[in-house]
Amino acid sequence: MAFARSMSLYATRRRRNGVAVALAIGATLLGLTWLVFILGELLWKGFGGLNLAVFTQMTPPPGSAGGLLNPIAGSLVLTAVAVAIGTPLGILAGTYMAEYGRYDKLTFVVRFINDILLSAPSIVIGLFVYEIMVAQMGHFSGWAGAVALAVIVVPVVVRTTEDMLTLVPDTLREAAASIGLPRSLMITRVAYRAARAGMITGVLLAVARISGETAPLLFTALNNQFWSLDMNAPVASLPAVIFQFALSPYADWQKLAWTGALIITMAVLALSIIARVLSAQRKTS
Amino acid sequence: MQPAGRQPVVDVALQGGAIPVGRQLDRAKALQRLRLRDTGFRHLTRGSAIVVLLILSGIIASLIYGSLPALGAYGFGFLVTQVWNPVTEKFGALAAIYGTIVTSFIAMLIAVPVGLFISLFLTELCPLWLRRPIGIAIELLAGIPSIIYGIWGLFVFAPFLQQTLQPFLINTLGNVPGLEDLFAGPPYGIGILTAGLILAIMVLPFITSISRDVFEAVPPVLKEAAYGVGCTTWEVVRYVVLPYCRTGVIGAVMLALGRALGETMAVTFVIGNAHRISPSILAPGTTISATIANEFTEAVGDLYTSALIAIGLILFVITFIVLAIARLMLMRINARVGG
Repeated sequence: MAFARSMSLYATRRRRNGVAVALAIGATLLGLTWLVFILGELLWKGFGGLNLAVFTQMTPPPGSAGGLLNPIAGSLVLTAVAVAIGTPLGILAGTYMAEYGRYDKLTFVVRFINDILLSAPSIVIGLFVYEIMVAQMGHFSGWAGAVALAVIVVPVVVRTTEDMLTLVPDTLREAAASIGLPRSLMITRVAYRAARAGMITGVLLAVARISGETAPLLFTALNNQFWSLDMNAPVASLPAVIFQFALSPYADWQKLAWTGALIITMAVLALSIIARVLSAQRKTS
Repeated sequence: MQPAGRQPVVDVALQGGAIPVGRQLDRAKALQRLRLRDTGFRHLTRGSAIVVLLILSGIIASLIYGSLPALGAYGFGFLVTQVWNPVTEKFGALAAIYGTIVTSFIAMLIAVPVGLFISLFLTELCPLWLRRPIGIAIELLAGIPSIIYGIWGLFVFAPFLQQTLQPFLINTLGNVPGLEDLFAGPPYGIGILTAGLILAIMVLPFITSISRDVFEAVPPVLKEAAYGVGCTTWEVVRYVVLPYCRTGVIGAVMLALGRALGETMAVTFVIGNAHRISPSILAPGTTISATIANEFTEAVGDLYTSALIAIGLILFVITFIVLAIARLMLMRINARVGG
């Protein structure tokens, strides 16, 4: 009797475990299926429109063929300016947190706030930059778009810089200090060099993050149908053009939207893979 | 000469006359420059850290300033009114708040169990050689920009749902008493449910990668002990791993919830932008972020713009609270792992 009960308990436990294992495998397959679905559809629809004209012609009026040259150029410029503003700020702030005030109250607060900024809704950042720049200047501009993207770059770079500098062994710092190197030189010449791969990874991840960002650009850089890299005027960007074209009723525009989506995704995936390779190298060396 | 106080050794050497006078001056100058540079660099980094704080306070201050006209005009009623009429300038945030919360709730309902089961697979069941590739693939999903999910949702996923899942739900759950309102109406394809499902796909990688990290932080001895007394994999996870990382898992869930609440582009494409609260989850609706994205550039009049900024403020406050809880939870588990 007792034996039979223990056997049935055993069977129940095994059954339960079987269900859980099946669910775990099923969940993983489901997750991977989405990835394949999305990338597959993107390749399927995007490759059809991928040709030289995409990279050499301007965005067309509805009903005619054209390319994506101006939004591609616009995106590159906006991203470059955003990185140029956000990276130094992020690296310096991360340096303070890891090198000068590792156990400061300020560092603790900044780390907490930075982690929140890291996941803050990007559309709110767009509203913020609209308030402080667009509303004050009276018009949409490339500068405003770049600043909005820079606000997204900063927390990513702060986080990776702090993490990477914290990983640099203290013996290196002590060795530098013992030969009389001032602290600023010790940081720039020794700590930065030791953490370089990780810090570059952080910047790459930041670029990957902002190159697909749409929400903060909608009412800062706006959009532009024509060739313009004037940072004081609205600038076209790839995500904004995809948004506009995909929601339009014109087949030509929708096709270009898919092609643009493919270009962005490939760029982002390439950047994250390079970042991964870089950080893997750091671990093995 | 006695070394005085905290003087650097080089200075002592200088004063001791070890170096000729002319070069002494040069060195003194060089040292002075280095000292200036040191202080300068320190202040520069400290200033940059403070700028991070200023960005956050700037966001809060500018949102409050921008939403003052609307909050002044409608007061507390703004939060509980459903009407959103730009023509008569009557605005209420309730429909957008409702849509934001319901879509995120659907997303979490699906993504949390799926994400946790994937982490279970990755940490306990998966063969070692497969762990890295699958982990990377899931993390790549996190890197895909949200606009891609949006365009995919609009052209591929919504029509697919319109033909398969939605008619199925209407024909089955739609006839169940008590649920008929929730699954009523024609299958539009786009709507609250579609937006929730897309959000679920989007936040899945966040939940998976964080909970996997948290699961891996469980000391192996605990798991080995449980396996040793004859626990099954499921029992180890259920009674050892999950209780050990409860705070971490809640942190991961809250972080994903923060993302889902604030997500804009993926939702904007498939939500339908309808400012009303419909009992059916198949009906079109709107979220705070989708409303702002769709209407901000076309908003005419100060009150309209201000109402949009005001719902932005509401969104920011909600996500701030959720993310703050997430960080506190994750900090607690990090402290335990570190200590």
